[in-house]
Amino acid sequence: MTQDFRLDNVGMVNREKKISFKFNGKKYFGFEGDTIASALIANGVHLVGRSFKYHRPRGFFGVGVDEPYAILQLDRNNERDPNIRATEQEIFEGLEVKSVNCWPSVNFDIGAINNFLKMFFPAGFYYKTFMWPPSFWYKIYEPFIRMAAGFGEASIKHDKERYEHKYEYCDLLITGSGPSGLASAYAAAKNGARVILAEDKPRFGGSLLTSDVNIGNQTGVEWTEKIIAELKSMPNVTVKNRSQVFGYYDHNMLVMSERISDHLPKTQKYLPKQRLWYIRANEVLISSGSIERPLVFGNNDTPGVMLSSAAKEYMKVYGVLVGKKPLIFTNNDSGYETAIEFKKNGVNPIILDTRSDPSSDIIVEAKNLNIEIKFSHVVVAAKGYKKVKSADIAKISDDKKELFNIENIECDCICVSGFWTPSIHLASQSGNKSKFNEKIDAFVPDKSKQQENTIGSANGIFTLEETIKDAFDKGFDVSNKITEKNNKISVPTVVEKKSTDHDKFWCVPLPKGKSYKRFLDFQNDVAVSDIELALREGFRSIEHVKRYTTLGMATDQGKTSNLNGLQLVSDIENKVVPQVGHTTFRPPYTPVSIGAIVGREVGKHSKPTRKSPMHSWHEKNNAVFVDAGVWLRPRYYKQGNEGLFEASKREAKNVRQNVGVCDVTTLGKIDVKGPDAAEFLNRVYTNAWLKLPVGKARYGVMLREDGIVMDDGTTTRISENHYHMTTTTAQAANVLSHLEYYLQLVWPELNVNVVSTTEQWAGAAIAGPNSRKLLMKLFPNLNVSNEGLPFMGYKEADLFGVPAKIYRISFSGELAYEINVESDNGYFMWEKIMEVGKDFQIQPYGTEALSTLRIEMGHVAGSELDGRTIPYDASLEGLVSKKKDFIGKRSLNRSAFTSTDREKLVGVVPIDKTTSIPEGSYIVKDPKAKLPNPKLGHVSASCWSVEYDNPFSLAIIKDGKNMIGQKLFAMSPLKNKTIPVEIVSSHYVDPEGKRVRS
Amino acid sequence: MLYINCPHCGLRSQNEFAYGGDATVKRPELNKEISDQEWDNFVYLRKSPRGKHLELWHHISGCRQWIKVERDTSTHEIFKTYKANEAIE
Repeated sequence: MTQDFRLDNVGMVNREKKISFKFNGKKYFGFEGDTIASALIANGVHLVGRSFKYHRPRGFFGVGVDEPYAILQLDRNNERDPNIRATEQEIFEGLEVKSVNCWPSVNFDIGAINNFLKMFFPAGFYYKTFMWPPSFWYKIYEPFIRMAAGFGEASIKHDKERYEHKYEYCDLLITGSGPSGLASAYAAAKNGARVILAEDKPRFGGSLLTSDVNIGNQTGVEWTEKIIAELKSMPNVTVKNRSQVFGYYDHNMLVMSERISDHLPKTQKYLPKQRLWYIRANEVLISSGSIERPLVFGNNDTPGVMLSSAAKEYMKVYGVLVGKKPLIFTNNDSGYETAIEFKKNGVNPIILDTRSDPSSDIIVEAKNLNIEIKFSHVVVAAKGYKKVKSADIAKISDDKKELFNIENIECDCICVSGFWTPSIHLASQSGNKSKFNEKIDAFVPDKSKQQENTIGSANGIFTLEETIKDAFDKGFDVSNKITEKNNKISVPTVVEKKSTDHDKFWCVPLPKGKSYKRFLDFQNDVAVSDIELALREGFRSIEHVKRYTTLGMATDQGKTSNLNGLQLVSDIENKVVPQVGHTTFRPPYTPVSIGAIVGREVGKHSKPTRKSPMHSWHEKNNAVFVDAGVWLRPRYYKQGNEGLFEASKREAKNVRQNVGVCDVTTLGKIDVKGPDAAEFLNRVYTNAWLKLPVGKARYGVMLREDGIVMDDGTTTRISENHYHMTTTTAQAANVLSHLEYYLQLVWPELNVNVVSTTEQWAGAAIAGPNSRKLLMKLFPNLNVSNEGLPFMGYKEADLFGVPAKIYRISFSGELAYEINVESDNGYFMWEKIMEVGKDFQIQPYGTEALSTLRIEMGHVAGSELDGRTIPYDASLEGLVSKKKDFIGKRSLNRSAFTSTDREKLVGVVPIDKTTSIPEGSYIVKDPKAKLPNPKLGHVSASCWSVEYDNPFSLAIIKDGKNMIGQKLFAMSPLKNKTIPVEIVSSHYVDPEGKRVRS
Repeated sequence: MLYINCPHCGLRSQNEFAYGGDATVKRPELNKEISDQEWDNFVYLRKSPRGKHLELWHHISGCRQWIKVERDTSTHEIFKTYKANEAIE
């Protein structure tokens, strides 16, 4: 294997382990520890994509999270992962990636025609072009924009990868393991604080990996290794690499994304791909470092133009040369470090320094190495299309306005350094208002808003000595605040080369007669001319300029472009940068995969699943389940080839003819206890509760304060001061909160306690004409005659040795009982009921039959009590007391609620007695009326009446009580059905209620 | 995510709580004759201040107590928390 651009014996990749991967279908080799970017550069590949708007060739610009260009799509285990940064993604055996935003290939891209039509694609192009005619939008413009927009394609398949969430707490979170992060972590950890140190990259050390410095008589790399090893050995420290703290939220909650197996071929089944950490930190030290700023010149987006620090890192960390004829274009001393590194590796760079006469240690060193340096020189424009081939350079006047002696020199890369921009994103997200630091031409954090401090170059401190000292102090101070310990570590001596001031120059003027594109934002193709145009068109606020031109948007969020954009706006406006201000930094700092945000809460795990104690019996007996809130309830019990319709009809019919049993464990149950319990219930329910005797149940309706029905259910007086309340399955939690609200906040003087007992009791409803006979066999010692246990009566008894509670209540309208036993005995109870019930033709019935039974009886449920109905609408007005006050009563006086033609519950039967009426259908007078057809009401619930063997529905319609007998129409535009119907009483079966009392 | 100091349990994350709205609203007494306007104000009208606000939170996945939280609606700063019937300073 020969790699033309790989250096021998330089870098930190593992030369022992070769790794093969595919890029655009072609096989390449790299080493373990390489990123896609470093491995491709080693192979001489610089063309990896096409730009967003003009489809210009794209190479590599950086070496980390700031990368605007090298966005690839990864195929892994037959799954697609878009928006992978080649500069971050490590290679693994079998990795396959491809370019995006190009067709048919990255080398020959049809879309590149946009580059020649660029005069037609100015800033705000979308807003200007896709305006008219409006009819074009839906069929032509939108599909076109959708096709052209975005990088890569997300998979529409279920993501089989595993993502996890973790909640963590620490005294001190440190975001970044550069010199300041390491120093502060060490100082704080040694002082007893619980520390989490997070590093985004695979390797710890940040700038120490690439800078030629000495700390405590060790190189930066040696010192890093020593500190990390010691931190890892301490029980109070968590050290994480490949972990990006991307969001700073309220009350010192930070979120970190850990890439656990993104760099591995998937082999371990339960190893998550990524893990999201929610970290509540007492204190935060932001040591996120700084990102090098580009310089702006003609065609500065050509592949081969890259940040000088990136070129250096490719050499020192990966042992890779970004070029063999490098041009270093700098306005500060950082470019010299890169040049010296090239020289050490046998490559002769040329330095163009915009400054006229700078002097510092490192410039002297460069001169001593015989590196060619041209002061007061700039790159005017890069030449070459798919890769830099040469550069037009020129001498620049001291006022930086005039160019002289333009000449073309050969080069294969241009390494730019426009000084450094502190990464203040996290500080800014915490609420810290930034301030502008004139000396470094950049924003730095101002006063702390939350428990956060920014250290090192993220705070604009660019000398190592000061960084280390400040970080040791801060690490000690914040840990001392928490641990109150005083174990202070002495600060090591630091040796570094002294550097000098940078030049405030950032943008090369255009030579006369030339119109090179000078790019500010490399990801979105925003050039100097676009910003100029936006300002000419009247955009002033930087937030508006950003959105109009797309400066600083998309996946890199302008990490390299923001400050140059602000410089330009302030230059044109004759302002200074702080007057222009910067756009708001919002989380996430780097893109976070949706999978990581969702975590394990996918599919069935998105919410808990509640099962009754009888669940396994239902499973064994072919129950088909349905979600009822978070509960799983049997919908029907399948026999043979039955479907839902046949099975539920059979089950419901068996209840009407023999006896059925239904699992009603899911009903909400609340224990209400205390001397004032009766008074409390009297205030909560619309009907009277003070005189309910012990051993009796009562049906009650409760309202919200706005008069709308909240819930219904029966409540039984178990003893003098003890009531057993039941709620609907859906409203159980809300009702408990509602009761607690009134007891704790509104009527604290009432001596009452409420507690949920839903999970303590397993419930079985026995319904049908044979239910008493069954009960007699289940409880042979109990008098269950109509006199002994009358309708709405309550008894406690012994069920084959198990204590049970029997409520004579009915939802089906049949003679019915509800038996409750402690949950642990639920399965036993159910089996006994089935066993004893055999003689009476018992069958279990599910929620579908349950609905059928209640609908044909005209009993209301959730579909009628839908948050829009008052008691009158659901024909519950008989339960509303006129004598006493209760929650929501005053609202019932509102004029809308007292009007006589309100919508009211009725029954609906199709004239043909065969066509089922879809739920949700509208009831109308004239199906052919002009639209919008006046709606009288809607069908709330439909069933097949087993009593009459024809369809029956409940509806809530205007002036319902006077509509009985009318012939109307049920229309369902969704199902495209119009059904002639007759309005009947909602009490379709047994209107006198004889059965329940029999 | 807010960090709320439940007066019964101590500091707990927001995801244990349910928001309960304006804590300064007082329910009219039972059986009291009041005007439509008064009732309307109680049921529907809420201030939505920018800045300090006394609000109800229900420690729904904790002690199940309703508590009062004095919070800045724009910065989310929490100044003080109270038990349901503690006097407000």
